Amino acid sequence: MSTPQFDYLDRLEAEAIHILREVAGQFERPALLFSGGKDSIVLTRLAEKAFRPGRFPFPLVHVDTGHNFPEVLAYRDELAARLGEKLIVRKVEDTIKRQRLREPSGKFPSRNPLQTYTLLEVIEEFEFDACIGGARRDEEKARAKERIFSVRDEFGQWDPKRQRPELWNVYNGRIQKGENVRVFPISNWTELDVWRYIQRENIQLPDIYFGHERTCVVLPSGQLLGLSEHLRLDEDDEIVTRQVRFRTVGDSTCTAAVESDAATVEDIIQDLLLAKVSERGATRLDDNISEAGMEDRKRNGYF
Amino acid sequence: MDLLRFITCGSVDDGKSTLIGRLLYDSESVSLDVLAALEKRQASNGTVDLALLTDGLRAEREQGITIDVAYKYFTTPRRKFIITDAPGHVQYTRNMVTGASNADLAIVLVDARQGVIEQTRRHTLIAALLGIRRFVLAVNKMDLVGYDQAVFDQIATDYADLTNHFHLPAAVAIPLSALQGDNVVTPSTHMPWYTGTNLLAHLESVPGSEEKAADPRFQVQYVIRPQTPELPDYRGYAGQIQSGQYRRGDRILVLPSGLESEIEALEVNQQEVESASAPQAVVIRLRDDVDVSRGDTIVPVAHQPTSTRELEATLCWMSEQPLAPGRKLLLQHHTALVKAAVPTILYKVNVQTFEHIAADTAQLNDIVRVRIKTALALAVDNYQDNRATGSFILVDEVSGDTVAAGLVEAANSEYFTAPIAPPVVFSI
Repeated sequence: MSTPQFDYLDRLEAEAIHILREVAGQFERPALLFSGGKDSIVLTRLAEKAFRPGRFPFPLVHVDTGHNFPEVLAYRDELAARLGEKLIVRKVEDTIKRQRLREPSGKFPSRNPLQTYTLLEVIEEFEFDACIGGARRDEEKARAKERIFSVRDEFGQWDPKRQRPELWNVYNGRIQKGENVRVFPISNWTELDVWRYIQRENIQLPDIYFGHERTCVVLPSGQLLGLSEHLRLDEDDEIVTRQVRFRTVGDSTCTAAVESDAATVEDIIQDLLLAKVSERGATRLDDNISEAGMEDRKRNGYF
Repeated sequence: MDLLRFITCGSVDDGKSTLIGRLLYDSESVSLDVLAALEKRQASNGTVDLALLTDGLRAEREQGITIDVAYKYFTTPRRKFIITDAPGHVQYTRNMVTGASNADLAIVLVDARQGVIEQTRRHTLIAALLGIRRFVLAVNKMDLVGYDQAVFDQIATDYADLTNHFHLPAAVAIPLSALQGDNVVTPSTHMPWYTGTNLLAHLESVPGSEEKAADPRFQVQYVIRPQTPELPDYRGYAGQIQSGQYRRGDRILVLPSGLESEIEALEVNQQEVESASAPQAVVIRLRDDVDVSRGDTIVPVAHQPTSTRELEATLCWMSEQPLAPGRKLLLQHHTALVKAAVPTILYKVNVQTFEHIAADTAQLNDIVRVRIKTALALAVDNYQDNRATGSFILVDEVSGDTVAAGLVEAANSEYFTAPIAPPVVFSI
């Protein structure tokens, strides 16, 4: 009897499905954090493979910063309807009012740091014991050290020195009341792996991932930021119209566009193979603040 | 394209992080902005510190050490690589065990100036214990010994003595300098006497992740029951095939209940298939309405594992609170979670020599042989036969922390009625 050969994408897929089913088997009230980005879209495809013909054993939860791209919100609603799964939306706007938080100031006001407050609120509201997210270890150095099952205290905080050893594919999700676990099924995938999987599975994505014409502000770094009502522009800001696409779809005020004519997934993969700038570096304005930017935010309960 | 998972192990200053940095850097897996961040912090002599590519936490950068297991990824046209970087300090053995548990290959780093030292033995034996069968001996810092062949040959011979002594597979020895880039991704011009491959070429050519031939094993993770008008009676047992192959029509046994049935359908991604193999995620439906739930094992009648409430195991103790005999814990055997007790500590293993030492407790980072009793029967194989079904973790009931990694060494009931065997030399 010969053993079949499996492609590396088959192995990554099998690992991710296994992780999703462990969440279903070990937790009472899990949730899938859905941002409308490609990584969380891939998670919904993996969840279909893990749980159909049954329903997902968790709702999709979206923390809406109020600065999202409208195309992404439309995609989100359409996907939830097509899947027939429950979608819970909670707005950062409401958290700001309720907790009297200070709105971010500055020229490009990012609500990314405030997402954490809303996330912790929604976890408390629904008593979620596990939150599945699409984070990958290749995104950032601090993420490279995080477990697939990452235990957080009641404030959502990550303590890198107190992480549980994670052996073989045995995932320990035992927690005490008030704690919860963040689960990252595609930890071992890279950006390129995600795109190759999207291509192989023929997954539809929001249009903003592909090249399109957009009016943008040119930042001092040379990066392009899509024009939106949330930006506080100065008179001498340079406004241009370019053919661009987005590599990530975070908060529109801090997610830069890259110039690209890529019209298909295949074009994007070719772009990536040539690309010399990493995903977060190309597009996120908020991680560069300090070298330990992500580590600090994760310690404070961020994803 | 296939996949290779490897672990790098070495002592504190052997240059592990630099080696990984070099692999990423020379294989053009580091992007411009990451490089720019590195260059901001470059040393006064203008060279980029490649170790900063893996040292991700603030304390690590401050102390210039690696605290925790880090995972790094790179892809060449030949394959995708997952690197586990395990710290070298003595007190972090648990991280080494963690990293080795998922690796196909180990790169053991040695400083050319120091040769094979205690830690080299320790790392090699732990990797072998965890089931790694492919080793690369990376003799690093050759630039600091004048690229001297005699130095390299002596270290390679010393290491061969070590692997021979413990009946381990022979390692491939490569002389290199991670700092200068010799023989990592590009061949060295400094060592014409070396005619073997460079490290990356070797990593690209060894067999990738593959399933060891083993009996079919499957554990239920989750029961799919749609209970819809269209599928009122559907019951699918979802899980990952741990080893071997399953076929539609196989006569099977559910353990620990011992109920017998037949595989009516095997589904992968909602498609019915004739057969499926490890590591595929599948749904199994059975012909009979037998009681099956999470944690149960489904195996062919012809290839049964041991179903037992008593087993002998090697533990790597990972908690600061020592293990005392009689302690009650939870044992997680993949999806099965049962109460367990450790009534007997047989001996402690000296990880430099693999000699047995009498012990009545296990401290953090100790490797001990124990007997375990469980409240419910587990379907297990010996770890050396089956990495998936021979492995488990022990969990503290109160804190929920993982306190030990466990490898099943013996699981038949006759064994437990026999007198305790005299210590044997480590063999595989």
